[in-house]
Amino acid sequence: MLTYTIRRLILAIPTLLFISFVIFLIVKLSPSDPTAGLPLTIPPEVREQIRESLGVNDPVFVQYFKWLKLMVWDEPLHFIEGTTGWQVAPDGPRIISYQTRSPVMDLIAQRMPQTLWVVGTSYIVGILIALPLGIISAYKQYSVFDQVGTFISMVGFSVPTFFTGVLFIVIFAVNLGWFPSVYNTTHVVTDWDSFVVQLKQIIMPVMVLGLYNASQISRYLRASMLDNLNQDYVRTARAKGLTEKIVVLVHVLKNSMIPVVTVIALNVPAVFGGAIITEQVFKVNGIGQLLIIAIQSGDVPVVQTVSFIFAVLIVLFSLIADILYGVLDPRIRYD
Amino acid sequence: MKRYSLLLGATALALVPAAAMAERGSSGHLNIIYWQAPSTLNPYLSGGTKEVESSSLILESMARFDETGMMVPWLAESIPTVDNGGVSADLTSITWTIADGVTWSDGSALTSADFVFTWTYCTHPEGGCAQAGYFDGVTSVDAVDARTVRVNFAESTPFPYTAFVGSESPVIQAAQFAECLGARAPECTDANFGPIGTGPFKVDEFRPNDVIELSANPNFRFPDRPYFATVTFKGGGDATSAARSVCETGEFDYAWNLQMDPTILAGMAAQGRCAIEVSFGTSVERIHLNQTNPDPALGDARATVEGGPHPFLTDPIVGQALSMAIDRPLLTEIGYGAGGQPTCNVLPAPALYASTANDACLVQDIPGAIALLDGAGIVDSNGDGIREYNGVPMRVLFQTSTNAVRQDAQALIKQWWEEIGVETELRNIDASVFFGGDPASPDTFQKFYADVEMYTNNFAGVDPQAYMASWLCGDMPRPQSQWQGSNTHRFCDPAYDALVAEMVRTADLNERGRLAREMNDMLVRYSIIPLIHRGGVSARAATLEGHRMSDWDSELWNIMDWRRTQ
Repeated sequence: MLTYTIRRLILAIPTLLFISFVIFLIVKLSPSDPTAGLPLTIPPEVREQIRESLGVNDPVFVQYFKWLKLMVWDEPLHFIEGTTGWQVAPDGPRIISYQTRSPVMDLIAQRMPQTLWVVGTSYIVGILIALPLGIISAYKQYSVFDQVGTFISMVGFSVPTFFTGVLFIVIFAVNLGWFPSVYNTTHVVTDWDSFVVQLKQIIMPVMVLGLYNASQISRYLRASMLDNLNQDYVRTARAKGLTEKIVVLVHVLKNSMIPVVTVIALNVPAVFGGAIITEQVFKVNGIGQLLIIAIQSGDVPVVQTVSFIFAVLIVLFSLIADILYGVLDPRIRYD
Repeated sequence: MKRYSLLLGATALALVPAAAMAERGSSGHLNIIYWQAPSTLNPYLSGGTKEVESSSLILESMARFDETGMMVPWLAESIPTVDNGGVSADLTSITWTIADGVTWSDGSALTSADFVFTWTYCTHPEGGCAQAGYFDGVTSVDAVDARTVRVNFAESTPFPYTAFVGSESPVIQAAQFAECLGARAPECTDANFGPIGTGPFKVDEFRPNDVIELSANPNFRFPDRPYFATVTFKGGGDATSAARSVCETGEFDYAWNLQMDPTILAGMAAQGRCAIEVSFGTSVERIHLNQTNPDPALGDARATVEGGPHPFLTDPIVGQALSMAIDRPLLTEIGYGAGGQPTCNVLPAPALYASTANDACLVQDIPGAIALLDGAGIVDSNGDGIREYNGVPMRVLFQTSTNAVRQDAQALIKQWWEEIGVETELRNIDASVFFGGDPASPDTFQKFYADVEMYTNNFAGVDPQAYMASWLCGDMPRPQSQWQGSNTHRFCDPAYDALVAEMVRTADLNERGRLAREMNDMLVRYSIIPLIHRGGVSARAATLEGHRMSDWDSELWNIMDWRRTQ
């Protein structure tokens, strides 16, 4: 298992280099310009000076290698200095956003908390809803509960979040006035009252995303449960006189969770990647919003860095999913 | 120039009643939402409207423009004019005096050295200063004494109110930005995200592209203002949700730039929680008729003077017919509502410069357009429903940026033009490409590889001299200029160039007005088809008062006077 892991990690390096180069070319060769969003009153000479000062006019390969060197060497050192306080970071330049002219890593660090709060909570909520939904739906296949559950998960799966999000706002913020429609990223939880405020502002985006996640996971779990319920070992367990509770929740669930756990692990990078649409709708302004604004304004360093981190997480979590698979199912061995 | 001094008294009077009613911080907390979030608070490093407006709460300039486009002395004691000796008789320098007792929010005094530094900062060749245009023609900025600043121009400048006037060229603190010149500008993240200013508010926390928390500047020069103690300036989302948060949920007090379906906005406002504010500056949605030939068969000479004139759009009769066929009031009603007025001028304001000679275009006249073309012998000779001009069928490619309102307008105009026998093909291009100016892209508005194109342009400030100079023969985008240049439709008329040169030499305001109107009339007959005079549309909570919406400056220019109704 260890050699397998090491081999996969080494293989990941060329993969990530290739990914980063492709992302860079896609962003760089697409016809967008960091000065495109400026008012037309700003004359072309000034625009050219702005581009020059951003380094947009350097040759593409020079820009790529500058970025790569900063990304794999300088920025990790800055990260170490930031977390440990050791004076290891070099004095040189950092990856600078075109829009804000500030280090991209600071922007990401600033946005990570609200993304993890909202998207992370929604993922947990999604799993918590999906577990009982999937188990009962499978156990009582074609019952009323199963039909209703299937209907809800189909709705959650197929209705886009920009629709459910706005629908929630119109119902709960505009008509009922229960929750705010705008997320306050500077809100700090210090006591019970501020926790209630946080709960109120987080509930709508979490439920919108949670519904979507729950639909997806519950369908996997239901299918996996159905596969296992008809297996011989289940009949054996029942024949031994075990209670239905133990048969379903211990024997069947444990085996059914194997594929579901990998699905859950594979989707974890999406939590860090944020939710572009839902973040926009509720103005959560996390990683997803950072990325979309950067794409719109031709901010290559931000798009490049965020997509690269996203790529690293995907490579990492697919490895974790594979390893988990081996741990959960003793029949699978990688060596 | 006299009118500038006249208004000083008027503004001072206008501020009195508010001052008598309240004190600093008495209105509590103000929530502002800009659906495009500010990326930095240093307007010199961005140039975007969202950055300029948000930083105008903190940074100030010598003078600002009120809702009528009149200059109001801000950090200055008064507006310098030739009459009061502030502007030299040969119009090559302007001398500003800083008002007494102005301090930065850190308590130190504002001095002329800060203005000299600001000029040095923005004109540094490696800085990429977005507002460098405000210092065009400025040879030096001198600190005459601690409170006197003199701006020297290379040549006679009839309108010297550019540097340090309006929200786009504010003064920044020399002490804070001293180490941030040129290429080092981006290293000063703390300064760029939290500039020390002279304005009514100071930054407590800034999160780029997200939110700004501000509180009243304790050292502000007016002891009773601002009336709001704290401000949250939130960004993100879209125009509709911003309007909703002011007009329906009441979470916010002010929402900016509500470019949305006018009927939806009117419906929200009808609930009574908010008021819609509109202010008109100089923005005009217009159609440019390409004066050169964009035929792809021409290869590299496409859309250049070398490629020859357009086969039919250079004929004023064609332009006139195309203009007559358009129902401007209908376009306005559908796309802009209260935020637009039909116009026949490319230079619609200030009033002094607005021509009335073309107002006939306000009424659609399709039979008239047909008669005009028929009378000129431009007819459909082969019965396919499309007229021929000297044997060339009148087919036009009509391009604009991708935007729901523009696509609606395109569809309507296509229909009207086809009614008069001009076949129209529509095309829309993503705004970041269309306005991006990439010389390698065939789809930019400067390259103009189409017959007609539609977009909005305007000019900052109140003086149209530089704007009218956009259409000089020499300013055409062409391969030699990397396809840069403001004369996008390749208009060229020596008589026009002569008028531009005359305006540069003319100081008399009425004479400048006449010249500008004459230039406007030359353009709109008929190489530019003006459509709609567009205003800024914002929503404010019904409980917010003191707001005076100006499209000539930051919309938040007088935020120190905003207050909550009692």
